[in-house]
Amino acid sequence: MVRTKVALLTAAGAGAVVAALAALPHALNAQQSIAHHQVPAVKDGNVVVMLCDGKTSMEIKGLKPGQRMSRDQAMGVARRLMAAWQRQHPGEHWQMAQAQSPPPGAPSPAAPSNEEQPANAPSPGAPAAQQIQGVPIQQQAQPQQQGDTYASFHERDFRVWQNETQKFIDYGKQVFHSDKLLGGTIGVSCDMCHPDAANTHPETYPKYQVQLQRVALLRDMIDWCIENPVKGKTMGPNDPRLRALEAYILAQRKGVALDYGKH
Amino acid sequence: MAVRHKSVETKYMEQRDRTLRALARLNRRAFLKVAAASAGAVLAKGLMPPHSFQLIEFADAATDRSFGTVGKQGSTPFRIAYISDSHLYERTLNQRFIRAAVRAVQDVNALDPQPDFVLYGGDLAQLGSRGQLELGRQILAELKAPVKMMVGEHDWFLDMGQAWQEMFGPPNYSFDWKGVHFVVLMSVHEKDFWTARKMTPEQRMQTVAGLDNPIQSRFEVGDEERKWLAEDLSKVPHTTPLVVFSHSPLYKYYRPWNFWTEDAEQVQALLQPFSNVTVIHGHTHQMLFNRIGNINFYGMLSTAWPWPYAPQGLPALTIQMNRADPFDQLDGCGDGQFTMRADGLVDTIYGLWDRNPVSVPAGYLVSGGKTDRPPAPQFASY
Repeated sequence: MVRTKVALLTAAGAGAVVAALAALPHALNAQQSIAHHQVPAVKDGNVVVMLCDGKTSMEIKGLKPGQRMSRDQAMGVARRLMAAWQRQHPGEHWQMAQAQSPPPGAPSPAAPSNEEQPANAPSPGAPAAQQIQGVPIQQQAQPQQQGDTYASFHERDFRVWQNETQKFIDYGKQVFHSDKLLGGTIGVSCDMCHPDAANTHPETYPKYQVQLQRVALLRDMIDWCIENPVKGKTMGPNDPRLRALEAYILAQRKGVALDYGKH
Repeated sequence: MAVRHKSVETKYMEQRDRTLRALARLNRRAFLKVAAASAGAVLAKGLMPPHSFQLIEFADAATDRSFGTVGKQGSTPFRIAYISDSHLYERTLNQRFIRAAVRAVQDVNALDPQPDFVLYGGDLAQLGSRGQLELGRQILAELKAPVKMMVGEHDWFLDMGQAWQEMFGPPNYSFDWKGVHFVVLMSVHEKDFWTARKMTPEQRMQTVAGLDNPIQSRFEVGDEERKWLAEDLSKVPHTTPLVVFSHSPLYKYYRPWNFWTEDAEQVQALLQPFSNVTVIHGHTHQMLFNRIGNINFYGMLSTAWPWPYAPQGLPALTIQMNRADPFDQLDGCGDGQFTMRADGLVDTIYGLWDRNPVSVPAGYLVSGGKTDRPPAPQFASY
């Protein structure tokens, strides 16, 4: 529980730690549509950090905008904010993280890493063991393993990964539809014979390609098409455009069973 | 590999040409003799599986049912050739599509006897420019038979049909020929998706040219033209054979690719009262046939490239053509012929280049697939 609170505190825009989020892709932040809270003005121009309830806030004495807190300082702030919230809501459980349930089919978020757990954190809400991943304990079939690499990935990680993958696929889609990006010389692009990457059957590779007289991978056929019908130069397997094309083609066949060697 | 492969086809094409020329001068008895002999010769060379010599069956049907007889409505059987979907770029950019269009013109000019007219099925240009259309006009000018032009979306959306209409006239019209009423539709109107997006004419054209670009609207004949069609058909007795040419299929096959006409049902309702109706369309670049009510539908081949079959919505009566060989840029492309039969129905030959032609007699569609079944593909789509 405490760990979740710390993560939310940062997401709510606590000045000191928000820098860590700056590296996240802009689109990801937009997707989350985070509520923007107005913090109360203070005399000395100190930074005010607000809890994601939009009400509980505290002034950080001596910290001006643009300055960073040390990790220990930031953790102390988080603890004091949560303690303040708990005093105002005796006996209540912090439910904000649970309300942000992942879309159906998305992997359930694992607990954040131990690194984020503040040492000596007070335990204002229910003990962590009573709630796991936002599902009441009585509905949990069994407790989940914790502490290893995969248990430490959070919903946010999955969103970042999904976003990065989608960008790669979208770039592939762009190349697929552009004779210029393909390096074609006669105005022909992939989509002219393969709308929505239809009839590219990536699931059938590797297979013996009789016209090439060898076993071909999907990328071999893509490169062949670029050289021949598209009349461009072969890209080679490490070209980012070829990799993105392969990603787009595979993405269009999601759910189709792999069936290598099929003709 | 490719060379050996091609030489077989070349031999076949030569033989096919000789056979076709000979057929025109034969009576049925002599015809069957030649058919048997040529089929035997082909088998002896081990070139083709026996079922693939479909040409003979079709030509047989054409000889028996059509030529030289007069229909009960007083119509005289005749033949129409078609060329469609050439998608020409400017001459400096792309020679391949030009070569293909020229090949189709040569095919049609080699027909003996010549067809009564040639239908051009739309998408003469790839991006609707005057230069592309003019190039197409010059290529089609080589045809010996008269040409009836139809417009496609690739011809239209750069200047909303201005250049095309200056060259070829109105996009929708009708005419009567040997007792058959023909209607040519402009079926690829789209609702305005470009103004709100502040698109340039080039961007609008490029968007429509992308088959899988979902930004564009769905094709439609539209209120105005449907009114015109109703008015045109009101003067025609329902017993008159009716043939409608449209660029898009006048039914709903696959929406995301505009293998689709949004107001198809309303257009079909105008055609249903006629006893013999055939719709012939372009746009889909594949062997495609369908029957809805008493309307037979045939899709035309493209000279430029074949489209894959859509993942959904393929009419049950369609027998897929074999997959196109990506290593042969003309494979899956071609041109074709329609025979207007004495009974007011239409038989079709898909003149697939470098392959055996496939005939689809009207009887196949009328019987709901029970008779006259065209040969099945060895490899249907994935």
